[in-house]
Amino acid sequence: MTAQAVDLQIKSRGPWATALFRLSRDRTALVALAVFLLVAVCCLMAPLYAAWAGVDPFKSTVNASVTLNGVTRPVMELPTDGLALGYTPIGPTWVPGTYFLGADNQGRDVMARLLYGGMNSFVIAASATAMTLFFATIFGLVAGFFGGIIDMVLSRILDVLWAFPVYLLAISLSIVLIAQGITIGPIVIDSGSLFLPVFIIGVIYIPYVARPIRGQVMALRHGEFVLAAIGLGVPTHRILTKDVLPNISTTLIVFIPIMMALNMLTESALSFLSIGVQPPDASWGTIIQDGQTLLYTRPAVALAPGVMIVITVLALNVFGDGLRDALDPKSKIKLGQG
Amino acid sequence: MVFAIVQRLGQMLFVMVGISMLVFAIFFGTPGVDPAARIAGRNASPEVLAAVRVSFGFDQPFYVQYLTMMKKIFVTGDLTSFVNRGWKVVPAVLDTIPVTLSLVGGAAVLWVVFSILIGVLAAAYRGTWIDKSLMILGLIGISMPVYWLGEVMNLITQSRYHDTWMFSWVPPLGYKPLSTNPKGWFLTLVIPWITLSILYIGLYGRVLRANIVEAMQEDYIRTARAKGLSEARILLAHAFRCSLISFVTLFGLDFGALVGGSALLTEVVFGLQGVGKLTYDALQNLDLPVIMTTVLYASFFVVMANALVDMIYILLDPRVRRS
Repeated sequence: MTAQAVDLQIKSRGPWATALFRLSRDRTALVALAVFLLVAVCCLMAPLYAAWAGVDPFKSTVNASVTLNGVTRPVMELPTDGLALGYTPIGPTWVPGTYFLGADNQGRDVMARLLYGGMNSFVIAASATAMTLFFATIFGLVAGFFGGIIDMVLSRILDVLWAFPVYLLAISLSIVLIAQGITIGPIVIDSGSLFLPVFIIGVIYIPYVARPIRGQVMALRHGEFVLAAIGLGVPTHRILTKDVLPNISTTLIVFIPIMMALNMLTESALSFLSIGVQPPDASWGTIIQDGQTLLYTRPAVALAPGVMIVITVLALNVFGDGLRDALDPKSKIKLGQG
Repeated sequence: MVFAIVQRLGQMLFVMVGISMLVFAIFFGTPGVDPAARIAGRNASPEVLAAVRVSFGFDQPFYVQYLTMMKKIFVTGDLTSFVNRGWKVVPAVLDTIPVTLSLVGGAAVLWVVFSILIGVLAAAYRGTWIDKSLMILGLIGISMPVYWLGEVMNLITQSRYHDTWMFSWVPPLGYKPLSTNPKGWFLTLVIPWITLSILYIGLYGRVLRANIVEAMQEDYIRTARAKGLSEARILLAHAFRCSLISFVTLFGLDFGALVGGSALLTEVVFGLQGVGKLTYDALQNLDLPVIMTTVLYASFFVVMANALVDMIYILLDPRVRRS
């Protein structure tokens, strides 16, 4: 009798293992994850590429020349046709290590800048995502759990941030911060610091994440297990970390790729508007801006970073879809752009 | 119902006051730099700095400064730029509104029509290759930076393929007023409309498909089937109609946000002198009075548009009325 009962027991996986199993069956999501990781690893190897190619992507090298197949050409060429006014940077040579994608207006290797720019884009997007999720979780937990006046005050603050058009808020913040840097007591943040775009992007999307979290916490607050914990006299901080937080962790994880994608687009847009990453540093957005004046003569400068953004963001969105289906098939989180 | 509307209006006013205080805090209260130097722009002379101090009342307490700013922007409208001395900012901002409305309005027509087509088509053929490829296309649309797409469009229609039969009709970049040159207005805006709408076609198409697929599992769909209605009728008259609720909400929010500044990137790439382009130009000159004005006007517009959407809801949907 007992032996039979043991036999009948079906081995069940935990929720995390189930999600992982579902994800491992989703081939599209896995391919997307692989593409994303590949791009990320390539960009993180930017210093290696620059060292191997022997170029400095942050110094203008207008007087340099390049030798290909025994022919030496200047990096900044005088145009042979038309008005012959000004210099045109060299176009894509399609030779790895030697101006593979050509040069920009200052004679800098676009391929090397593309990799360095990608590195900055990844670092900013990841840090801003971490910042948004951290503060949104605190906001959502406190507002949703305590309710009443605290919830009202926090929710109205979120309303104000939410109603503010994203790019206008970013412009207001950055014109003040990036124009002159910021000094708060002993802390001095230089105007070119990467921390500023991280801060700006991290702040503007807090309501986007905090609102659904707050709603979820409000529902959990009246769940039987939380009421039981309160009745047992468990300290509030313990209820929040041990009972509530684990229940919203899937939502937070689902938000990671979505926010990464959104942040990469926002970062590139801000950098394109010259209020994100500051020169001579690069990001995919600043390279597109550099390429704007060269658009009709050397389109590769503006096209290449855009293609990289599309590939990366698409990979993140596809993976995010798969992750959501695996972790939380009934969730209502939708992707979008600010 | 009256109570709900009054409550919503109160909330709107609160958010507007909050936004104006946040703007004030960002521009005048950020520690580190003298706000007068910020407003006066690059390399301002001591006389200009002194003029800014008097004009914004920097020698007075904070609440007086706040009220002075609000009065200059909304009551008297006599805020002037210090980068272009004496340039009246408020009329300049109001002048740009028709351009932004033309851009966003046309794009909205495109994105509503095409996203409904895509959403309904994908839902009707769900699970097939039509559905999958439409959804992937939508995802690509969502993943493209709009300013980059605009540059690619410019590269194709203004340079590389401009001299072919396909794009020879595309006029040079810029805006032509509807009242004096309707044909030019339409032709210059076609490419910006397409560029701006692609993201939203992808987004709305995906949302609509998801909503229709969800609605198809409801009980009333089973009832409709039991009544013997055709699949097409069930899809269009029942599932689609019900899915339009969230579609309309989303549309109200996005339309408001676009008019209130989110169309900035498209305006910059296509050289359209709208609210966003004005803000961008002011950003390049560090002309803060212009940015303060556009930011306040635009965010107030967004807040009021959102409140309007909610109030229409209260009027239409009895469930919202009660809660």
